[in-house]
Amino acid sequence: MSITHDEIKKIAHLARIKITEEEADAALKKLSGILNLIEDMKKVDTSNISPMAHAQSVSQRLRDDVVTETNQREKLQKIAPEVSGGLYIVPQVIE
Amino acid sequence: MNWDVVIGIETHVQLQTKTKIFSGASTAFGAEPNTQACVLSIALPGTLPVLNYEAVQCAIKFGLATNAEIAPRSIFARKNYFYPDLPKGYQISQYELPVVGKGLLEIEVGDIKKTVRITRAHLEEDAGKSTHGVVENGTGIDLNRAGTPLLEIVSEPDMTSAAEAVAYAKKLHELVQWIGICDGNMQEGSFRCDINVSIKPKGTDKLGTRREIKNLNSFKFIEQAIHYETQWQIEMLEEGKTIQQATVLFNPETGETKAMRSKEEANDYRYFPDPDLLPLEISDEEISQIKKSMTELPHLMKVRLEKDYQLSSYDASGITSDKHVADYFFATLKEGAEPKQIANWILGQLFSKLNESNLSIEHSPIKPEVLSLLLKRIQDGTISNNGAKQLFEKLWVSPDIEIDAFIESEGLKQVSDSGLIETMIDEVLKNNQAMVDEYRSGKEKAFNALVGQIMKVSKGKANPGQVNDLLKKKLS
Repeated sequence: MSITHDEIKKIAHLARIKITEEEADAALKKLSGILNLIEDMKKVDTSNISPMAHAQSVSQRLRDDVVTETNQREKLQKIAPEVSGGLYIVPQVIE
Repeated sequence: MNWDVVIGIETHVQLQTKTKIFSGASTAFGAEPNTQACVLSIALPGTLPVLNYEAVQCAIKFGLATNAEIAPRSIFARKNYFYPDLPKGYQISQYELPVVGKGLLEIEVGDIKKTVRITRAHLEEDAGKSTHGVVENGTGIDLNRAGTPLLEIVSEPDMTSAAEAVAYAKKLHELVQWIGICDGNMQEGSFRCDINVSIKPKGTDKLGTRREIKNLNSFKFIEQAIHYETQWQIEMLEEGKTIQQATVLFNPETGETKAMRSKEEANDYRYFPDPDLLPLEISDEEISQIKKSMTELPHLMKVRLEKDYQLSSYDASGITSDKHVADYFFATLKEGAEPKQIANWILGQLFSKLNESNLSIEHSPIKPEVLSLLLKRIQDGTISNNGAKQLFEKLWVSPDIEIDAFIESEGLKQVSDSGLIETMIDEVLKNNQAMVDEYRSGKEKAFNALVGQIMKVSKGKANPGQVNDLLKKKLS
């Protein structure tokens, strides 16, 4: 499996990461290495092994439906770049 | 050319839990912005999700109510996209293995019954809310809603008209409230539908390209949007143009649907299993325990009402449209009134009063035991139907009056003394010889005219059943 320079640029855009052409080339090399490793792993016969969704073979612990979080707005908004009337302010988003 | 319409619906049902799906922050509606946005809701690094058992139970209840497979093992996935009301950069959802699999929902359009297949239902978290125009060149973000548990219910494209789509949405809306997993408040966004619409030449099999109408929160809008969208697609194809797959928004002001700016990577969500969450395992014991705790489902109750109490299909539907209505019906029944009559009065008199006052049945000033007593007074002949209606009006404003004393003091009591009624009949017969002759010559209508005269003489208080019987005897 191979990955192209354009695909690297697309993935970066989807993640909103700005990368230069050189950085894209470097990422291409590293990601190709990882994908090649996966290709190698795919050669192993796994027909008798059931797929896993997680590295650990345990199940999800569940939480009771009880309010445990209190209002921390003041504290949390102290570290935000901009707030107004209790809202977090981000650069304008136009639909 | 004639066209077939094909409709599938995705519904986001907000689950009625006290806390968010992955954190202990409150989900109460209407709080000040961000006062219910905890460290997890705002996606601070290092925070980890812990699944709310109540949300899982809601999903299981829905699965049981739609006869669906409940996955013994399901997994959570990250749906990646970029938007400021989703601070993590991904929504935790379910992709490959949803908690609820294939199910069925029976709908009725007029007299026609139809079964709509449900593809799946999965658990996911809601996003926050963006407010535009709070500050110049900025968007305000409220993350109170971020992390609210949702059950996304996906139907097969089994509906073929706006009427069927609305019937499906209404049925689903009734069901999720009935089983107590959603408050059903559409204005507050607790129940929202995305409608997929496509058209194809009549009778053909190949599906056309669909457009998805996003986020409809009223049945009226669903109907209007589908009508407009269908017409638009037909015009496009008849003009020889092609339809592009798109997400569209419905504008209630203009009644039109319009494509959102198309984002080329809009559907590139790069789902992958969320490493922060382990697989959700649900045992058969848990499922059967939840099953035991659930109340009778509306479609089963409807059958029982028709069979055991001889209610019409229409009345049984009305009574089982809402859990509270059904509760009211059974509470009145328990007090001893007659089932058919109870249904008539709830769906007629009581509903019209409740609508007028914009009240739900739980808040009716007339309680089941009071309605039951009133109906018993009709049954035992104390008051007529008309008298009962007057009494009902009075009880609506003063629910605490003593019914029997009121009947007495207002002179609502029916005359059931056969001696007295006979005297009145004799009087009327004497004064209306012409009608009597008409009746005897075979004109049935004259009988009703005579009954009318007798009722008039009694000032409407004579027991109509008795008047009928006694008059028949006299004339025979």
